Amino acid sequence: MLELDKLVNLIHEGLTSAMPEMAWLVSLIEYVLIGVAFLAVYCVLALVLIYVERKVCAFFQCRIGPNRVGPFGIFQSIADMVKILLKEIIAISKTDNVLFKLAPFIVLAGSLCTFGALPFGKGLQGIDFNVGVFYLLAVSSLGVVGILLAGWASNNKYTLIGAMRSGAQLVSYELSAGISILTMVILAGSMQLSTIVEKQADAWFIFQAPLPAFIAFVIYLIAGHAETNRGPFDLPEAESELTAGYHTEYSGIQFGFFYLAEYLNMFIIAGIATTIFLGGWQPFHINAEWASGFNSIMDYIPSWLWFFAKVFALVFLSLWVRWSFPRLRIDQLLKLEWKILMPISLVNMLIMAVWVLIF
Amino acid sequence: MELLTASNIIFFILAAAIILFGILTVTSKKVLRAATSLFFVLFCIAGLYLQMNYQFLAAVQLSVYAGGIVVLFVFAILLIKNLGEETEQLCGAKRALGIITALTGLVISLITIYKYGFHTDSDRCNDIAAIIDMNEIGQTLMGTEKFQYILPFEAASVLLLACIVGSIVIAQNHKEEKK
Repeated sequence: MLELDKLVNLIHEGLTSAMPEMAWLVSLIEYVLIGVAFLAVYCVLALVLIYVERKVCAFFQCRIGPNRVGPFGIFQSIADMVKILLKEIIAISKTDNVLFKLAPFIVLAGSLCTFGALPFGKGLQGIDFNVGVFYLLAVSSLGVVGILLAGWASNNKYTLIGAMRSGAQLVSYELSAGISILTMVILAGSMQLSTIVEKQADAWFIFQAPLPAFIAFVIYLIAGHAETNRGPFDLPEAESELTAGYHTEYSGIQFGFFYLAEYLNMFIIAGIATTIFLGGWQPFHINAEWASGFNSIMDYIPSWLWFFAKVFALVFLSLWVRWSFPRLRIDQLLKLEWKILMPISLVNMLIMAVWVLIF
Repeated sequence: MELLTASNIIFFILAAAIILFGILTVTSKKVLRAATSLFFVLFCIAGLYLQMNYQFLAAVQLSVYAGGIVVLFVFAILLIKNLGEETEQLCGAKRALGIITALTGLVISLITIYKYGFHTDSDRCNDIAAIIDMNEIGQTLMGTEKFQYILPFEAASVLLLACIVGSIVIAQNHKEEKK
């Protein structure tokens, strides 16, 4: 277990001894504390990701990127955060005011719900559902409601077209993402995230069933990347056609919410892929007699470091794709999903079932 | 039974939200606002399921209803013309029928609630159902023995297939008329 266990116990005992009569208040305070902790990690990760994205993008384009605020510009995203917090939220007439203000929160809530269930390290998981994988799929589909509402409530043709594109894209790519995850559930024999991670102690799933797991991994990365609405799948916010898509009319922190959710969705997709294919927080082990020395060296690296290292490797992959490929057309996008990815992932699921039966 | 427990407080918040958004769903004059309220009702009901430890049901509720059906509703609504205008008041026979349907629903719900034997002893009220294992749900859904559901499951899939084929046929006809 991580050192965080002691801190959690300390807080729990402190609160219980301070208010022995009011167990309900203790629980409520603890719930709120957990929520605040998750929100804080969420925001800090967003700052890191924005910096990483700007730097990586700059290198791909042979630029230097942010380099003025702090050494190598590492405080740039903090300066940007302060700026976005101080900006005026411009009130727009002729919008549906309630839905306009509500939409960013739905997008953020959907992605935060997913974020809360990820296993970040050994014993470092907010909630471990029996139906973990299914829960992740379910709550990650909530954000699309927020995007559709944002597009409509802005009362602008660009936002509406952007929202419709985004909806079509999310709903269709969710299918192959879901099927590729289900393929791995067949191998794992469980939907609980902690069990899935434990089963990868000897070898990560991608090595346990190399052929079907690798196909599922690639399909999940493509579909997941499409679900984050980032290039080459950034039709919903294609700047040359739609200004900025569904969040054209948003300003200040309301825009910040969409921005935050977009970056964290990238992290969440990478996190789910890490958990299900790359062993989550499990260190890299070689399941052989001669490798026991190597395995114990790997065990010295803390579990959360393994998780974040794998996630950031996948995030780098996603940035690489984003800055290398040109944008797809809408018909190419839907063709890719319905005519290529879907059939492959269905056949792949069959292969995995046969694989599990034979081996 | 102690009234102030964390789970009770959460229940009251969820229940209040369900009632509030439920009323908003039927009273709101803008279609999209009604759909949004419905989204929140379904979301809060998923919260109730989680409280009762029905995790599978909560996930189904979120993915099928909140994430699936409401998205379809919103999609369908976005395709309607004159979306921004307020909906008309029903009048005449339609209004009378609506009132009758609503009253019937109310009476049936009230009868069901009053007839149901709720446990009043405090021990059983605080009981939380044991978490049902996913494997068990899967076995029950796909099993062929007594109290297992392979037949309805397959029948539902045939029904869905028929729906998909039907919708394709409708869409195809529409295309030809345009030409």
